[in-house]
Amino acid sequence: MKALHRFYLVVHRDPLLVVCAAFLLLVVAFAMVGIHYTGYRYDEISDASLLPPSHAHWFGTDINGHDLLTRTLFGARISLFVAAVGTLVSLTIGVSYGMISGYVGGRVDNIMMRIVEIIYSLPTLVLVIVMVTSLEDHVASLLKSLGLPGSYARLILLFLFLGLTQWLTMARIIRGQVLVLKQQPFVQASLALGQSHARILWQHLLPNLSGMIIVYLTLTIPSIMLDESFLSFLGVGVQAPLASWGTLVSDAAFLINPIRLYWWMLIFPGGLMTLTLLALNFLGDGLRDALDPRVRK
Amino acid sequence: MSAIILRRLLQAIPVLFIVVSLTCLLVRSAPGSPFSTEKKIPAEIMAELEKQYDLNGTMLHQYLQYMGKVVRGDLGISTQYRNRTVKEIIAQALPVSMVLGSVAYLLALFFGITLGGLAAVRHNHLGDRLIMLWALLGISVPSFVLAPMMVMLFAIKLNLLPVAGWGSPDQIILPAICLSVPFAAAIARLTRGSLLEVLKLDFVRTARAKGLSENAVLFRHALKVAILPIIGYSGPAAAGILTGSIVIETLFGIPGIGPFFVNSALNRDPFMTSGVVLVFSSFLIFFNLLADILYFIVDRRVKIE
Repeated sequence: MKALHRFYLVVHRDPLLVVCAAFLLLVVAFAMVGIHYTGYRYDEISDASLLPPSHAHWFGTDINGHDLLTRTLFGARISLFVAAVGTLVSLTIGVSYGMISGYVGGRVDNIMMRIVEIIYSLPTLVLVIVMVTSLEDHVASLLKSLGLPGSYARLILLFLFLGLTQWLTMARIIRGQVLVLKQQPFVQASLALGQSHARILWQHLLPNLSGMIIVYLTLTIPSIMLDESFLSFLGVGVQAPLASWGTLVSDAAFLINPIRLYWWMLIFPGGLMTLTLLALNFLGDGLRDALDPRVRK
Repeated sequence: MSAIILRRLLQAIPVLFIVVSLTCLLVRSAPGSPFSTEKKIPAEIMAELEKQYDLNGTMLHQYLQYMGKVVRGDLGISTQYRNRTVKEIIAQALPVSMVLGSVAYLLALFFGITLGGLAAVRHNHLGDRLIMLWALLGISVPSFVLAPMMVMLFAIKLNLLPVAGWGSPDQIILPAICLSVPFAAAIARLTRGSLLEVLKLDFVRTARAKGLSENAVLFRHALKVAILPIIGYSGPAAAGILTGSIVIETLFGIPGIGPFFVNSALNRDPFMTSGVVLVFSSFLIFFNLLADILYFIVDRRVKIE
């Protein structure tokens, strides 16, 4: 409740946060529901290729005659989905890793944090590229043996490995908080009453960390989204017939030529993506200012 | 100090070993041979090819052979760019990436610190708001969205700069700017935040009280302390610029190491991929170490563990 009240205070002070949140909800709603009312399917090919925006195609069409509005919304759906699942993966790892490291302390803490530092100093996105390209066939054949389409292999690898690379900051923050929290009298009291360590972590420490988790969650979503579209742009991410904002922008970027500009192919998906990232970052910043005790006002 | 540096360098060896082993084994574990094409290659020719590139025998045998070569400084032959050694390709492409990366890094530092400092000095004024808005936009616009927009505007519409390519000085401007924007923005946010904290400290008040000009307070005293988080950020920034350059090089047709890497990963070129991963990882580990040393030199209060 305290967190909720603080949240209200933040919103009260900075009404732009509400605008950002509303915008994000709108994007999600359009990607999930609105996409069915555009009059086209996302994989519907037509002869009307590379048409500028018009009444029939609000965002124009791409080289295969896809309606770009439908494609952009479909791309939003995939990008949001990968970001959401990837964030969940990173949240699970980051929170449990940070809590264990901070709670156990001592040598274990030292080694665990050393590992985080080492991973920090590696080109993780480059390693993700290696993982995705070399494991995609294994995963695709596994999916086929389960009766699922193999084209989802990349998607699964993406949220798994992007989640696996984005937990470091969360782990560090959580660990720092746990180091402080475990000195508090209520933890000592629970220990004295004979509660198990697992229950203390789950029942007493986790609720105290929730504000922090929400803040860094809001900041993890845009970075996973950015990484996903980065990989998709390079052709290592989502593949046709699926599309994400990254693949849509890459379609546009490689059509750039001095004779004719297909600006709508770049502006619409790229612009919507930028606005979404902007809203998420703004929201994350605002929440951090309000909920992170380490940020001084 | 030197003992710490030595320990960190020694620690880097097992890390690099694990990363390279993992890459090499993963790429080799993918089904299909790096030589498979649309046409079916006869089994004898395939066997001969694999022998020529040291890709025959069991996985363990191949792995040990490769690691043995890496230790002696031989990175093997690329299967995708036939008849060229990985070392040759890297030696040719790495300087290009280094030039682009360093220019972008310097741009990011210069604009980041200047704008961040300006915002802190003009705290809560219009200038501050505008700079922070720009910075938020800067960390939000993906470089691969910014770059094509800049190309459309400055290269095609206004015809001021070349669309793509590498070699002449004007060809570096657009890619370097596009690569540096997110990091300039991040550095500006860091500088502003840290400078605002520092300007509240006692020693700044003392400096003002003894009659120093505002410029002297800012540049000779405050900035020296406020710069610490930026040094701390220099490692992640280097990693970001390194990965970011892959996209920028692909977009602008720059013969750097990025496009080679993506192609080799997509085409299952085991030695080229491992070689680039080795170079990237060692560069970043080394850069992080340098940043830590610099941090230590600037801030005598910090003890390196």
